[in-house]
Amino acid sequence: MEFPTALLLNAIIAGLLLGGFYAAVSVGISISFGMLDVVNIAHPAFIILGAYISYIVNTHYGVDPIAVSLLLSPLFFLLGMALYRVYYLCFEKRGQESLRGLAFFFGILFITEVALILIFGVDYRTVKTAYADTTLRLGVVDFPLRLVVPFLVSMAMVVGIQLFLTHTFFGRAVLAVAQDQLALRLMGVNPVRIKELAFALSIATAGVAGAFLIVIQPVEPSIGREYIGLVFAVCVLGGMGSIWGTLLAAFVLGLAESFTSTFFGPSWAPAVSFGLLLFALAFRPAGLFGR
Amino acid sequence: MSNRAFAAVAFAIALAIAAASQLIANEFFFSAAYTVLLYVILATAWNILGGYTGYVNFGSAAFFAIGAYTTVALFYAFKAPLIVTIPAGTAVAGLAGLGLGYLTLRLRGVFFAIASLALAVVLFTFVVNWDFVGGARGAYVMQPSEVPFGLKRYIHLLFAIEVLMAAAALVIARAIETSTFGRGLAAIRDDELAAESAGVPTLKLKIISATVSGALMGMAGTTFPYYLSYIEPSSAFSLSYAVNSIAMPLIGGMMSWMGPLIGAVLLGTVQQLVQVTISSAWNLLIVGVLLVLFVTLAPNGIMGWVEAWRRRRNS
Repeated sequence: MEFPTALLLNAIIAGLLLGGFYAAVSVGISISFGMLDVVNIAHPAFIILGAYISYIVNTHYGVDPIAVSLLLSPLFFLLGMALYRVYYLCFEKRGQESLRGLAFFFGILFITEVALILIFGVDYRTVKTAYADTTLRLGVVDFPLRLVVPFLVSMAMVVGIQLFLTHTFFGRAVLAVAQDQLALRLMGVNPVRIKELAFALSIATAGVAGAFLIVIQPVEPSIGREYIGLVFAVCVLGGMGSIWGTLLAAFVLGLAESFTSTFFGPSWAPAVSFGLLLFALAFRPAGLFGR
Repeated sequence: MSNRAFAAVAFAIALAIAAASQLIANEFFFSAAYTVLLYVILATAWNILGGYTGYVNFGSAAFFAIGAYTTVALFYAFKAPLIVTIPAGTAVAGLAGLGLGYLTLRLRGVFFAIASLALAVVLFTFVVNWDFVGGARGAYVMQPSEVPFGLKRYIHLLFAIEVLMAAAALVIARAIETSTFGRGLAAIRDDELAAESAGVPTLKLKIISATVSGALMGMAGTTFPYYLSYIEPSSAFSLSYAVNSIAMPLIGGMMSWMGPLIGAVLLGTVQQLVQVTISSAWNLLIVGVLLVLFVTLAPNGIMGWVEAWRRRRNS
């Protein structure tokens, strides 16, 4: 049998493009869970929420969903601030985050999903974009623009966040919160305030990732669950809170899923990220690139 | 009350309920009560690891489905009756709890929580792709036409089994709570590092706790394929099992065996009523909202109120 070069190349490209999208989906968790130690299980719910908001604006006004999500990201930022404030007052301050805080976020995830089902039903929703049906071809390799555009915006976003975290006072304060909150307090910075803003940033990225999601594939409320394993797998594999690690892990996962669905069939793809996550937790909890 | 006396009382009450239910003519009662009892077992099982030990399990649906699909697999392979599949499903789910616990309980609690969620999705994908038990199409498990013990219908038998199982779960939970083992678990919940330094074998206790909890959830699932004579992956792995088995102990109170019982009976009954009168999507929304409200505003649940009231009356 001839080696399927074209199939292989296409699987690699599709995996990398998918990985770029996964980086946008997981970068928020790398901030909230990896750096701030806030286990936001509800992160995928905000991704789906972002997808539906882009969908509403797109169907009514025809605006590009990704542009919508970028314009509306301040709203998600405010939502994140409010959510963190509730979380801080009710759980973190009382030292109950490990059990009740988790249950709280799980409840938020569930409420968002059911509320979206009650409003929009379980039908799959799609958006119309100028580039959705275009596919560039280089030789035997396909570059569908509905994957390329989110990939490029996602790369810009992830690199932007990394530069922001390493080159601004606020960004460095976030990294400091991750390392030693007490020391930060001694320097005269309020760690709660820093965490609030950083958590808000993580929710803002979820809103944008939601727009990518609905550009890439049709969306219905309960697909958010599939992303829970994915975001945590990427975060753990990437070494908890390293943005570059997140990016690399996202590519690894994208490739793994693309190969699985190309060579074993798409019905096995959801198990890949969770399987990798179980594997990582059991054998390599410090991540692929951890110490 | 000693454990033996409590067990005698619990099983006597369970048998009395099963016998008295024969006087009820309304068939809806049995199917509604069956579901509520299912939740009593799930909530009690969840609380052994969640409430007593402090580790959150998001994968209740996975353990429940392991029990259910063990029944389906054994039924398809050997036409095995319930008396065989109940212990088998319980054992397989217990082994799953043991494996998951062994792999992830040495890490921080939050990793166990995420891994339990991952287990649910991996198993779901596995069952969807496993044609022997019906795959995504689902499987039919016919109720036997002859009902033993002179009961009128098969659902009456399922109901009686479920009552006895619920009693067994409560007896086990209470026995754990009052034992040295249970004190060890409480020490882990309150301060794991201190417990470890005081000589509590934390990892061993956590793994035993995860095994017992998983086994009881599996036991609840074993009769489920007979309940509707049909089972498919998305109903067996339904997220509502995971949410309910967390919400019920949190709402009832996590510190004693009574909390999950109260939470499950209250929340389960409300859901059965809402499901009939309004819709099933609304009843899930109610569970989610109640979970968030209780966890933020009344972290010790209904039993917490009772405790506070009792203390105020005594002082």
